[in-house]
Amino acid sequence: MGAAEAAEYVADRGRLAVYIHWPFCRSKCPYCDFNSHVREAVDAARWRAALLRELDHFATQLPGRLVTSVFFGGGTPSLMEPQIAAALIERIANHWSVADDLEVTLEANPTSSEAANFRAFRAAGVNRISLGVQALDDAALRLLGREHDRAEATRAIALAQRVAPRTTFDLIYARPGQTLAAWRAELDEALAIAEGHLSLYQLTIEKGTPFHALQRAGSLALPPEDQAAAFFEVTQDVTERAGLAAYEISNHAAPGQECRHNLSYWRYEDYLGVGPGAHGRLSVARAGGEPALMAIRNHAKPETWLEAVQRDSHGNAETHALARDERVEEMLMMGLRLGEGVSLARFRERTGLSFERAVPPARLARLLEAGFLEMSEGALRTTPKGRAVLNTLLAELLT
Amino acid sequence: MTDLAHIRNFAIIAHIDHGKSTLADRMIELCGGLERREMTAQVLDSMEIERERGITIKAQTVRLDYQAPDGEHYVLNLVDTPGHVDFAYEVSRSLAACEGSLLVVDASQGVEAQTLANTYQAVENDHEIIPVLNKIDLSAAEPERIKQQIEDVIGIDASGALPISAKTGEGVTEVLSALVQRLPAPTGEREAPLKALLVDSWYDPYLGVVVLVRVHDGVLTKRMAVRMMATEALHEIERVGVFTPKTTMVEQLGPGEIGFITASIKDVADCRIGDTITEQRRPTAEALPGFQPSVPVVFCGLFPIDAADYDRLRESLAKLRLNDASFVHDPETSPALGFGFRCGFLGLLHLEIVQERLSREFDLDLVATAPSVIYRVALGSGERIELHNPADMPDPTKIRAIEEPWIKATVLVPDDYLGPVLALCEEKRGEQLDLTYAGSRAMVVYRLPLNEVVFDFYDRLKSCSRGYASFDYQLDDYRESELVKVGILINGEPVDALSMIVHRNQAEGRGRAICLRLKELIPRQLFKIAVQAAIGGKIIARETVSAMRKDVTAKCYGGDVSRKRKLLDRQKRGKKRMRQFGNVEIPQEAFLAALKMGEK
Ligand SMILES: Nc1nc2c(ncn2[C@@H]2O[C@H](COP(=O)(O)OP(=O)(O)OP(=O)(O)O)[C@@H](O)[C@H]2O)c(=O)[nH]1
Ligand SMILES: C[S@@+](CC[C@H](N)C(=O)[O-])C[C@H]1O[C@@H](n2cnc3c(N)ncnc32)[C@H](O)[C@@H]1O
Ligand code: SF4
Ligand SMILES: [Mg+2]
Repeated sequence: MGAAEAAEYVADRGRLAVYIHWPFCRSKCPYCDFNSHVREAVDAARWRAALLRELDHFATQLPGRLVTSVFFGGGTPSLMEPQIAAALIERIANHWSVADDLEVTLEANPTSSEAANFRAFRAAGVNRISLGVQALDDAALRLLGREHDRAEATRAIALAQRVAPRTTFDLIYARPGQTLAAWRAELDEALAIAEGHLSLYQLTIEKGTPFHALQRAGSLALPPEDQAAAFFEVTQDVTERAGLAAYEISNHAAPGQECRHNLSYWRYEDYLGVGPGAHGRLSVARAGGEPALMAIRNHAKPETWLEAVQRDSHGNAETHALARDERVEEMLMMGLRLGEGVSLARFRERTGLSFERAVPPARLARLLEAGFLEMSEGALRTTPKGRAVLNTLLAELLT
Repeated sequence: MTDLAHIRNFAIIAHIDHGKSTLADRMIELCGGLERREMTAQVLDSMEIERERGITIKAQTVRLDYQAPDGEHYVLNLVDTPGHVDFAYEVSRSLAACEGSLLVVDASQGVEAQTLANTYQAVENDHEIIPVLNKIDLSAAEPERIKQQIEDVIGIDASGALPISAKTGEGVTEVLSALVQRLPAPTGEREAPLKALLVDSWYDPYLGVVVLVRVHDGVLTKRMAVRMMATEALHEIERVGVFTPKTTMVEQLGPGEIGFITASIKDVADCRIGDTITEQRRPTAEALPGFQPSVPVVFCGLFPIDAADYDRLRESLAKLRLNDASFVHDPETSPALGFGFRCGFLGLLHLEIVQERLSREFDLDLVATAPSVIYRVALGSGERIELHNPADMPDPTKIRAIEEPWIKATVLVPDDYLGPVLALCEEKRGEQLDLTYAGSRAMVVYRLPLNEVVFDFYDRLKSCSRGYASFDYQLDDYRESELVKVGILINGEPVDALSMIVHRNQAEGRGRAICLRLKELIPRQLFKIAVQAAIGGKIIARETVSAMRKDVTAKCYGGDVSRKRKLLDRQKRGKKRMRQFGNVEIPQEAFLAALKMGEK
């Protein structure tokens, strides 16, 4: 990397998104392969101390940042004592300056016991609640192994909307047995309830989950490709017409209501991960050497992470400087999910490589010509047609 | 060394599964060649694949020490032969080493196609034939009826046929004494210059190249300097031995005896089967007539599924050839399948067996292209070429005529199933030569194009006769025919490995079938894909693989980009196994699957 490129490359430094992972759930949903665990008891004091300790550890390494967002994700962070969230938010403000419009999101499950804590979380500094509703249909919720029903979910949404300035909720669609018409109706209902943001995920069967076993046994089937495409297209259409267009593959928002924290991931900005299984991408100036973009992965198993933090002040399982081609891949993988695409200027800044040199021109030309990609206003982005086949598109672009 | 009058050399011949190897077991037992605890069923079928499939592939020779009821000791050289038509060559050279044959006929099934074919070969070799009616322990056995059938269908005297059960051993003692009484002793001159027939050779991990010989005149001894008369190779004999069936070293082999020698021979291919071995110092004046070398009739390409296995495939083929000189292989390159070998075989079973041995004994994952026969192509330029790979077919405009091999096929079938069998032969462009009945059994002789037989004739014959038809064939002649090459095109680019040579009348049907299959097998891509079958420039069938519509990860795993990268890496790895055709890439697996389905 040349000196000039290097200087540009660290220019990203300054802003920071902070992710905090709470790895516990009351029960494990049969489709889920997130880093979530069911434990009889969680020693809240120990967890609080450990999360703070890891946060402190990173703070010393990342001086002078401006924190733009905090995201409590899981697992089910709404199960955490609100005081823990309060302590973490406070500590963040002690370590760094925070943006005036700091976004603080809490992922929450819509059971009534959790909803009871919404006000306390709000008091702690949470200003955005993201609810894992998953379905607005009792039978579907049972199929998905959820602990709440439709009524509880809508009550939780209403409460969240009263308590927090910004809210959103998640739905899973193309569920086994769901018809396109049924989804359209459910989506209409969701749009009527939603305030500015929705996450709509097409069901994915993840290896190692009970759903995967069912699929292999032949007792659970996903819709075939054409049907899956139809579900996706309908979702794009309906949300767009309702003013909640997709700004990312599965995320929909009214203008200005996008999740800033998640945008940091997709824009490939610096983010810090605290807690078990959390990931980070951090640009750091290395003493006497070139600045680097570090990839950090924490121990996933809660107990392993906890012990590591108590021993070493951090739970990092792996830390490595990303090579240039890794940065190229990651940035395109994330950025092409976004409606706004990848800014070519930022691409150069972040990877140290001009776009023309990173991607074989002939391939790019072919994909542009075929209408999978488009390039304008200094950005490369997927067309709706390209976005639907992004995985294959990326393999095509990057091999 | 045994005097001629006390030697009997005989082959056991029969249709497949009529009990040759089991009868050999009983004889070995009765003569004490092996002790009971050393016996297994079909003990001579020593190759793993023979044991697994319960068939004999390689002829085996055993020397037995038999004490006749009158107290005389005899040396019996027994050659157990394979029954399947692909290995007819093994039978023919075994017959050349003997004076007589035991013709085994399953008394519950009767005369089958190879019973007939092998008996005629034995007759041609001037053999004394002793018919044996086997499996009389079965309730379905009808020895008397079968005896009559042998006389009616084959036309040899069966009055002295011996009823036995190779399974229980009943009647086998009688077979042994009949051998001594009814078969002629070999003839030969002890004092004459050495004259021995090179019957077979193979590679043994302990002994190296082993040469099976039948001595006619003279005496073969250790350290003798010998000459192979056809190849003119000179060797010094290192070891002389016999199989009892255990490998047993002896000092010498005299006239009439069958045994093996080893010498400083490096390569099995250096031994020409049918050659005459003589003493260098005192050569015989005239070589034995020998026999025609075996020729491969069915060809296919063998490709490693993992390109990295190419070298291992080459080495394994070379090793296999040490034991089986009857298949040939030459390097071949295919844009669809990569580097591999074009291999020639004696027939479809032979092909299947070699392929299976490669995968089993050498742990290779292979794909075979559709079997092809040898075509003779006359070019406009006057040049003539032999073609055994459709990919090498010259441009149709340069071809004056194409000839294809025809066979003379004999089918024996209960007359209930005659109708469907005849219909099948007609569909396969056959010409009826003969149709006769013996009782309720019909014997049909047809001339058929070999090309049709290697396609799906066996399977069809089996299913249309519920397994009751038996089939044998000999190569007949070459005949001009309306043959065309059907090429398969993917987005306009030819896929060599899938091209085939077929009769014009079948071109469209076959072309359409392959296009449909590929359409199912090729995963959707970003761009739609045209799959076509064509004769020269003319498209005869077309299918379209529509473009992919949905492939995107729904969920964002927080900041876990690495997880997504893993997926990308997997996809990129997948692309490495793709073959480029025009502007699309097709996973090799699709071609493999298309070829595999073709076998069915
Ligand atoms: N019941 C019965 N079965 C027998 C008899 N002889 C052989 N078999 C069975 O018939 C089958 C075929 O026997 P093999 O001895 O392998 O036949 P083969 O003629 O050597 O077969 P190929 O070498 O493959 O041509 C085996 O399952 C034997 O057990 C017999 O006398 N009675
Ligand atoms: C980290 S999880 C949500 C946290 C919270 N524990 C909950 O379940 O409500 C984020 C979202 O991912 C989505 N999700 C999880 N597994 C999924 C799968 N296999 N297919 C599609 N979406 C999935 C769900 O909508 C879920 O709300
Ligand atoms: S979906 Fe949410 S609640 Fe269910 S196991 Fe996963 S993280 Fe926990
Ligand atoms: Mg046998």
